[in-house]
Amino acid sequence: MNDKKTHQTRRQRISLGIVVAFVVGIVFAAIFNVTLAWTNSEDFCLYCHEMKDNNYREYQNTVHYTNRSGVRAVCADCHVPKEFLPKMWRKLKASNELLHKFLGSIDTTEKFEAKRPELAQNEWRRMKANDSQECRNCHDANSFDFSRQGYRSANQHMEGLAAGQTCIDCHKGLAHKLPPIDQGIGNVVDPNAIPASVFRPAAPAKSE
Amino acid sequence: MKSRLLITAALAAFLLAPCASFAADDTGGLASLRGKSISAPDVAGSDALRKAIETEPLDRDFTEQPPLVTHAVDEYPVTIAVNKCMDCHSWENARKEKATKVSVTHFNDANGKKLSTISSRRYFCLQCHVPQTDAKPLIANTYQRPAGTR
Repeated sequence: MNDKKTHQTRRQRISLGIVVAFVVGIVFAAIFNVTLAWTNSEDFCLYCHEMKDNNYREYQNTVHYTNRSGVRAVCADCHVPKEFLPKMWRKLKASNELLHKFLGSIDTTEKFEAKRPELAQNEWRRMKANDSQECRNCHDANSFDFSRQGYRSANQHMEGLAAGQTCIDCHKGLAHKLPPIDQGIGNVVDPNAIPASVFRPAAPAKSE
Repeated sequence: MKSRLLITAALAAFLLAPCASFAADDTGGLASLRGKSISAPDVAGSDALRKAIETEPLDRDFTEQPPLVTHAVDEYPVTIAVNKCMDCHSWENARKEKATKVSVTHFNDANGKKLSTISSRRYFCLQCHVPQTDAKPLIANTYQRPAGTR
């Protein structure tokens, strides 16, 4: 009889343990998701004056902030991947951004401008590597109505897409100011200027 | 009975006649607005019109007027960091982008010295070259182009 009782309490403990683990799991998942959503919000990005005074201000003049239909892209729509694993990886890499927040690497507009070429190229490289996934989360080239695009843009889109180019190859500086570019027209005084070959990469060679 | 059959046949022939002529692309001497028969392949479509609007150089009203910009420029920055116009209109890129290249007069500095690149006094394209909108004149005027340029 005593043996049976021990057996019963063990069973009860196990089932209680499962219930507790389940509840803890739900609570943890909820906290995880809420935190993730919160760190993806525009408010979160704008807690830092680095973002508010530089990137955000210049972005307010662009079509992704204000336009006739009011559809908006916030920071995370372009700068944080939507897929789970790339998103986690980006969030992990953001710890480096926290470090530089505390180091004060871009805590004045002058420092930010000095770093702009490097920071811009980081994003260009990232978007090139994932075939401009964040653009394509909203803009689908298969849904382009070329007859409603301008003559020049329709042609550029058809040629570029056929040549295997990706959005960011041409569409740089859409939402933020461009860093100094060495365009070979005698305008360059900045030693950090980005070469034209990086700003306007050639279409990939045809594999056929 | 015989006459009824004859009438039916005549009526059918009369009604079907236009169909037959359509099938043969005979417009009966009439010119359609498209300028073509219905079954002819659509060669130009509306593309020619759009091309004319967006890429043909605009007429100038003064003899020394800088050429006008035939497209929107509101997304194209001209700053100390970058000159977006030169992405297409520089000598290096113009042919590839099928754009008008910047005039060689823009390579002269204020003293008339020829430079190898665009002179800084000609850097800000939009000071002289301006885009156009479809706005009506606020005040009517009778200005005419100089006789030789009309």
